[in-house]
Amino acid sequence: MPNSPDKNSFDIQSDDSIAEHSKSVAQQSVGIIKPETVQFNQPLKLVCGKTLEQYELVYETYGQLNDKRSNAILICHALSGDHHAAGFHSAEDKKPGWWDSCIGPGKPIDTNHFFVVSLNNLGGCSGSTGPNTVNPETGELYGPDFPIITVQDWVESQARLADVLKIDIWAAVVGGSLGGMQALAWSLNYPERIKHAVVIASTPKLTAQNIAFNEISRKAITSDPDFNHGHYYRYNTIPSKGLMLARMIGHITYLSDESMGEKFGRDLKTSAFNFGYDVEFEVESYLNYQGERFSKTFDANTYLLMTRVLDYFDPAADFDGSLQKALEAGKCSYFVVSFSSDWRFSPERSEQLVASMVKAGKAVSYAEIDSPYGHDAFLIPTERYMAIFSAYMKRIAKEVN
Amino acid sequence: MRADLNLIEPWVKPNTQVLDLGCGDGTLLAHLKAKKNVNGYGLEIDEQQITRCIEKGVNVIEHDLDARGLSQFADQQFDTVIMTQALQAIRRPDVMLDEMLRLGRQGIVTFPNFGYWRCRHYLLWHGKMPMSKTLPHTWYNTPNIHLCTFKDFEVLCRQKGIKILNRTVVDADFEQSRFALMWPNLFAEFAVYRIAR
Repeated sequence: MPNSPDKNSFDIQSDDSIAEHSKSVAQQSVGIIKPETVQFNQPLKLVCGKTLEQYELVYETYGQLNDKRSNAILICHALSGDHHAAGFHSAEDKKPGWWDSCIGPGKPIDTNHFFVVSLNNLGGCSGSTGPNTVNPETGELYGPDFPIITVQDWVESQARLADVLKIDIWAAVVGGSLGGMQALAWSLNYPERIKHAVVIASTPKLTAQNIAFNEISRKAITSDPDFNHGHYYRYNTIPSKGLMLARMIGHITYLSDESMGEKFGRDLKTSAFNFGYDVEFEVESYLNYQGERFSKTFDANTYLLMTRVLDYFDPAADFDGSLQKALEAGKCSYFVVSFSSDWRFSPERSEQLVASMVKAGKAVSYAEIDSPYGHDAFLIPTERYMAIFSAYMKRIAKEVN
Repeated sequence: MRADLNLIEPWVKPNTQVLDLGCGDGTLLAHLKAKKNVNGYGLEIDEQQITRCIEKGVNVIEHDLDARGLSQFADQQFDTVIMTQALQAIRRPDVMLDEMLRLGRQGIVTFPNFGYWRCRHYLLWHGKMPMSKTLPHTWYNTPNIHLCTFKDFEVLCRQKGIKILNRTVVDADFEQSRFALMWPNLFAEFAVYRIAR
């Protein structure tokens, strides 16, 4: 990693190596991808009690579905992700999809063997029905009136997408962070429809500290004068300052002290202190750039929603807090991966999940990858991560093909 | 096929829950799964070995026994807890034996016998810590920090009230020789113990 990164080289993900890696393996790309949209007219009753009468999901697919329709993999995205997980949307695209490091020919989720489905979740802001789409009842954008979604609701909507694609059983549901929660929920809500759940850098529930960080993010957004109680589209404003702050806070929790130290140290943008409050350290510049860029591309209401989805996730809650009891419904094999420097969803959270899986007698394998990149490590193709992820996926490929 | 695995297999009942502490590349668990349809888990710390386990389809959990212990597992959660050729390499073998029998109804332990006549001979003749095909490390870099003899192990079991249900003693090729059967602490190189409370 460069010690004094050039501002223009900053990637939306925290690490430039993702983009560099993607370039170097361009021949391993799924190529140019065209997203699809599917409209659902069957009402979806949500956990919160409200009902979405109709909704759209946008998704992409990579690879070929085999004759037995047994090689399908569902990719679940995290807080700021979307359906564009791999490949490019046009020949001019500089950056591939958010998980191009792991999806493609010869990569862990090998599109030579698997048919990969990646969608933008309900409540997202990249094409699926969410706060920034039109509410058919009012003819206006949903905004803050978009109902609160849960991981369970996502699984339900994803199951309907699977129905449309005529996929009865997923060979695997795979996700990192919030995506891992969806993989876990799939295994419990539709145990007959999933063979493997790959749960990476995730947790069975948020800690008080996690929720606290989310609350700061929400406060940053809702206290922005341009937020207008979430109806900012009406006023033609964007709470970009608040969203920027939220992203800056979030971003710190995605990195580690070590990786920030390695990347920026105490490097200054100028040769000496200016004895003022403007941006002076490289790390300040980086965070400001990341926050600003994010605030221009992401929807604030979706950000609020995603943090709540995270907060509410707790499959043990319906079982007197017993994760072991919650897991008893599961029938699939689990692969759980954590990263040593991840302090957002630390290895201890994954170990707790794995111990409960063992107590429940579930088939599970677990690896803690030694990585300096914090929570974001699940996006970065480090050697051991790729080796063990590939080994597990190859085992699945052998089973289903 | 490792020869010691054949000695362990008869002591594991079909369709039971097995935990293998320091499971290596998962050979034993894969074998027990194929032969006895056990539901097995292996704990391992070595990265390469963990990947080998995953390739074999063995349930493997990355775990540092010395650093983390076994507290996250419940009492009597397993039918059999196995530890092959690792007891001598962990920090507190005595605590580990207690933990094995807390988690499992029975334990199976294998380890090299430091009372083997070649070890005794080496020390007596050379005056240096014994090295052999079985114990190839020098004293300063050996992972085997708690070597013991069969007698040492059995004394510890007695002190702890651990019952030795079976003991199979073998020579370096895992064969049962007449000498080894007669004077195990002198002529056997390995033992497989089945223990319980």
